[in-house]
Amino acid sequence: MNAHVSVAGLSLLALAVLVAGGWLLPDWAMFLVTMALAKGVVSLGIVVMMRGGLVSFGQGLYYCIGAYTAALVAGALGTTDIFLLVVLGVLISGALGALLGPLLATYRGIFFAMLSLSLSMILYGALSKLTVIGGTDGMNVAAATFLGFHPEGIVLQRSLYLFTAVLTVGVGALLRVHFDSQRGLLSLAIRDNELRVEYLGSSVRSVMAANYVIAAMLGGAGGAISALAIGHVDPEFSYWTTSGEFVFVAILAGYLSIPAVFVASIILELVRSFSNLYFPNTWQLSLGVFLLAVIFLLPEGIGSLVRRRRGAASRTELADER
Amino acid sequence: MQPAGHAGDPAQPGPGVHGTRTVRFVQQNNMELLATILVDGLIYAGWLFIVSVGLTLVFGVLNILNIAHGSLYAMGAYAAATVVGIYFAHGGDAFPMGSYVALIVAALLVALIVGPVLERWLLRYFYGRDEVLIVLVTYGVFLVLEDVMKLVWGVEPYFVSEPYSLLGNIEAGPLFYVGYDFAVIAAALVVGLVVWLVLNKTRTGKVVLAVIHDSEMSQSMGVDISRIYRWAFVAGVFLAALGGALTAPMLSVTPGLGVNVIIVAFAVVIIGGLGSVEGAAIGALMVGIARAASVHLLPEAELFIIYLVMAFVLFFRPEGLFVKDQARKI
Repeated sequence: MNAHVSVAGLSLLALAVLVAGGWLLPDWAMFLVTMALAKGVVSLGIVVMMRGGLVSFGQGLYYCIGAYTAALVAGALGTTDIFLLVVLGVLISGALGALLGPLLATYRGIFFAMLSLSLSMILYGALSKLTVIGGTDGMNVAAATFLGFHPEGIVLQRSLYLFTAVLTVGVGALLRVHFDSQRGLLSLAIRDNELRVEYLGSSVRSVMAANYVIAAMLGGAGGAISALAIGHVDPEFSYWTTSGEFVFVAILAGYLSIPAVFVASIILELVRSFSNLYFPNTWQLSLGVFLLAVIFLLPEGIGSLVRRRRGAASRTELADER
Repeated sequence: MQPAGHAGDPAQPGPGVHGTRTVRFVQQNNMELLATILVDGLIYAGWLFIVSVGLTLVFGVLNILNIAHGSLYAMGAYAAATVVGIYFAHGGDAFPMGSYVALIVAALLVALIVGPVLERWLLRYFYGRDEVLIVLVTYGVFLVLEDVMKLVWGVEPYFVSEPYSLLGNIEAGPLFYVGYDFAVIAAALVVGLVVWLVLNKTRTGKVVLAVIHDSEMSQSMGVDISRIYRWAFVAGVFLAALGGALTAPMLSVTPGLGVNVIIVAFAVVIIGGLGSVEGAAIGALMVGIARAASVHLLPEAELFIIYLVMAFVLFFRPEGLFVKDQARKI
């Protein structure tokens, strides 16, 4: 029970900080954080899988599906209600995930990574050739509306930001509860030794498939929000370098802490836009050096910093996890 | 940004010919279409094999799936542009065939300069770590190298067209092929043969095979693992750079050249089974022919046929075609 109280407390705190940001942040930072949070939700999906020891290099697939769902539905129905579009993005991504999850759940390590990557590249190739929906140019998406509320300018920016912030905190809190549940902890056991888990009577495959579906839904949510925030979608959403960034954030954060994912995502966006600004020709270089430095210095990710301090009393892995 | 390379793809002798050619062939003769697909496929497969055999070798020995392989390929192409340029600037016109030697020298230079630096200063700290983490490390290297190349060679395109036209054209039935395209097939055969001979017929090669099989056991038998790792990596870099150097004459060398090659090479290597040289050859053939068939029969699928083949193979053989059976460890 205690754990739930602290999850609720932490979520309220995070929400308060983020909402205050809606009035304190300058305009450029608000868009940056909106995008960072939306992409962070996608990376959170990779973290869900990482707890079971799998890393997907193709999460761009669901990011792209979510984004295109939003763009296509907005075009067909003429509504850009963000609640509707995000729900649809989540549902369609989740449906595809449910279809592929059981198949992919038997793959491990690099084969899982590469198979998921190849699926995202198939989508990339298909979308690039589909001129009906813009081909490589993609499509524009009209400004988001919020249950009949049609904001413009800075109010639109702020509304998008607040929507994303609330969704992020909600998703984070739900996942924390899930991670601490018996079923959520099974993933960690699988990460340690999946054969043992099988012998103890749990189905590794069903856990992996469920994690995959959760990750797919998170990818869809992030994609739908990004489509509305940017106002444009194109096949690059599904390109392997996009997926690479999601993995980057997940590894940067580590699988121990949920807030760390969003911190990592914001750091990545900051590093990217600042190096874009100050070293326009060498921003990839800065990003690469930064990535290598993090892997060298914090092999367990940013999340391990918090855990290391807090978990000093109880050293076992599960206690550490709480 | 087209995967499989816009012109890094020798299967396409020129833009815009395929549509009309396909129609004509369907009307004329299915056998000729088949032959065209086969020849185009073989040319593409030869290129694919050179590009991916280094990747599989490095994975086999060091257990590193090297995303930076694509950057090393691009670096080979740039180095080739520079070295061939120097060659012709210093009286190479008298003996233009020497530019082929220049291409190989360029690849060697990249291997001997970049290979040891990467292996000694970075990769060796990650030996034995989680393979997905290492993929991310090499992703970081890839990002760094992409910009380093821009700093060294700038963003303007380079052209190394001399070696491409030297071998003339070859007439095959109603079609013309550039002689250089066939030279790529020959180069692939030579590379494959040399790699096979070195691995299977020399003492060093057998030691390398032993390390691939079980590095711990080899170490306890007195093999200097870190030396094998270093030279295997240098060899991998050489093969990547050689792929780039041989491709440079067929296209304009521009930034971003390596981005598309990485994933294609990955696909070939994964299809064949990681660490297997024979697998890379079979994978290259499958992908090459599938892609040529798609270009002629179903152009819409051209961009993703490679990944479709890969997904299809992994569906039936989860770890690729040529892979050793391993005992489950409890």
